[in-house]
Amino acid sequence: MPAVREEIMDVRSDEDVMRVRQVTRQWAIDLGFSLIDQTKIVTAASELARNALIYGGGGITRFEALHEGARRGLRLTFEDKNTGIPDVAQALRDGFTSGSGLGLGLGGARRLSNEFDIVSAPGQGTTVRIARWK
Amino acid sequence: MRDGKPPAERIPILKMGEFLLVTIQVEMHDRLVMGLQDELTQQIVQHRARGVLIDISALEIVDSFIGRALGNIAKMARVLDAETVVVGMQPAVAITLVELGLNLEGVRTALNAEKGMALMRRGFDAR
Amino acid sequence: MVDHQSRLAAILRDQESRILAEWTSLLAKTSRGADRAETEEQARTFARLLAQAMAQDATGEIDGPAWAKMRDMLTGLSAARARQGSTPSETATFIFSFKEPLFARLREEYRSDGEGLGRESWTATRLLDKLGLFTTEVYQRTREDMIERQRRDLLELSTPVVALWEGVLAVPLIGTLDSDRTQVVMESLLQRIVDSGASIAIIDITGVPTVDTLVAQHLLKTVAAARLMGAECIISGIRPQIAQTIVHLGVDLGSVATKATLADALILALGRIGATVTRSAPRA
Repeated sequence: MPAVREEIMDVRSDEDVMRVRQVTRQWAIDLGFSLIDQTKIVTAASELARNALIYGGGGITRFEALHEGARRGLRLTFEDKNTGIPDVAQALRDGFTSGSGLGLGLGGARRLSNEFDIVSAPGQGTTVRIARWK
Repeated sequence: MRDGKPPAERIPILKMGEFLLVTIQVEMHDRLVMGLQDELTQQIVQHRARGVLIDISALEIVDSFIGRALGNIAKMARVLDAETVVVGMQPAVAITLVELGLNLEGVRTALNAEKGMALMRRGFDAR
Repeated sequence: MVDHQSRLAAILRDQESRILAEWTSLLAKTSRGADRAETEEQARTFARLLAQAMAQDATGEIDGPAWAKMRDMLTGLSAARARQGSTPSETATFIFSFKEPLFARLREEYRSDGEGLGRESWTATRLLDKLGLFTTEVYQRTREDMIERQRRDLLELSTPVVALWEGVLAVPLIGTLDSDRTQVVMESLLQRIVDSGASIAIIDITGVPTVDTLVAQHLLKTVAAARLMGAECIISGIRPQIAQTIVHLGVDLGSVATKATLADALILALGRIGATVTRSAPRA
């Protein structure tokens, strides 16, 4: 899938998480997303950026505009180099009531996105990618 | 910051009789949310408030962190014998919260501040 | 992919006025009198932005930030020309015609360097082709957006939200529900709830022949979203077949109130808002 236009942001503080929301919003607007679609991807971005900060010890967010023929999309990548998630399947299954913030954030972000993938291994950090198409 | 404004440091809490009124008009970073949680709890005790009305009609994004904070505020308020009503949720936010899987248990909601106040004044009789 | 030997950026900058003069006289041959002034203005702006963008970013990747102003200009140009009745090919040809004066300058510059001329011509061609094709894509996208808007408007028109009483809305759904339509209904219902301050919304599915899992889920999500906002929903018009399907599919209606008919739902809704219905004259 060809990707054009890219931006990378550091996520090292609460303010950065807020900035990720704002930047995601702007990208979504530029790509012509409806209000509901904007809200979904900004909310997903908020969850994942926060995860990168709190569980990842800080990381980066990459923004990419996607073009596939006439379709336009937005892909976000969240990377951290922390200890990694030992059991990804479990983390995705965790519900809100488990108290583990990680679970809801990941599962929620997946439900809010058209595409979702995660790569995480102990000692190798975590990379989460989501995409939403217009 | 994209818009050149520094992040707000505090959300103002207004006292109206036995009720506390909070209108969230800015994008909040996590620390600000926690600060609001703490300050509301303090003020409920200080003013012996019977109800807390939180107006989120200007909030365009409610993620799991803010959702949990709202739930926590409602729980703490109830322990202190006060009820919480969240008003003004935008449709896009509501749709997204449903998709996110957050149900805001224990948080009463109303369409706007007027209905929220009416709800609190009626003493939260079961509908 | 910067060609460090490329003098294209420098040529565009230093020879801008000469290229522009040749280009506009070329364009004047094919443009009609009334449009001539506007075409000249567009040509002037294009040449200037091209020189500026190349000075900042000679890679020719027109999606980069240095080309933002050019992209914006071309977007506006494509729209303006479309309004005037130009086909997308005509607009693209306008861009492509820039090659003629540009190549004339390149031939001069690389008079004794055939290889350089070949290389430079290739870079210039690729760049102008991209810019020309960009205008075509913009045109297509604008058309698509318009068609999409019309489609949504049509969907909205075919699913009206009715104010049955002060504070009580009703959405009579008619026909088969697909995912798309249910979403549009959901969004417009929730927006109407906010706009009208209604505390109860009745979703009547009498006119819906079948309900599958997806549609049932959408309906339940609508009810959940309305509840989050502070309004309650009642689902009415559930025919026996649909009731069977719902049970068979294992859909959990939870605490959503359901009524067999819209009339029953209205009575329930009125009761909730504190109104009652009484008969003031004996039944005829």
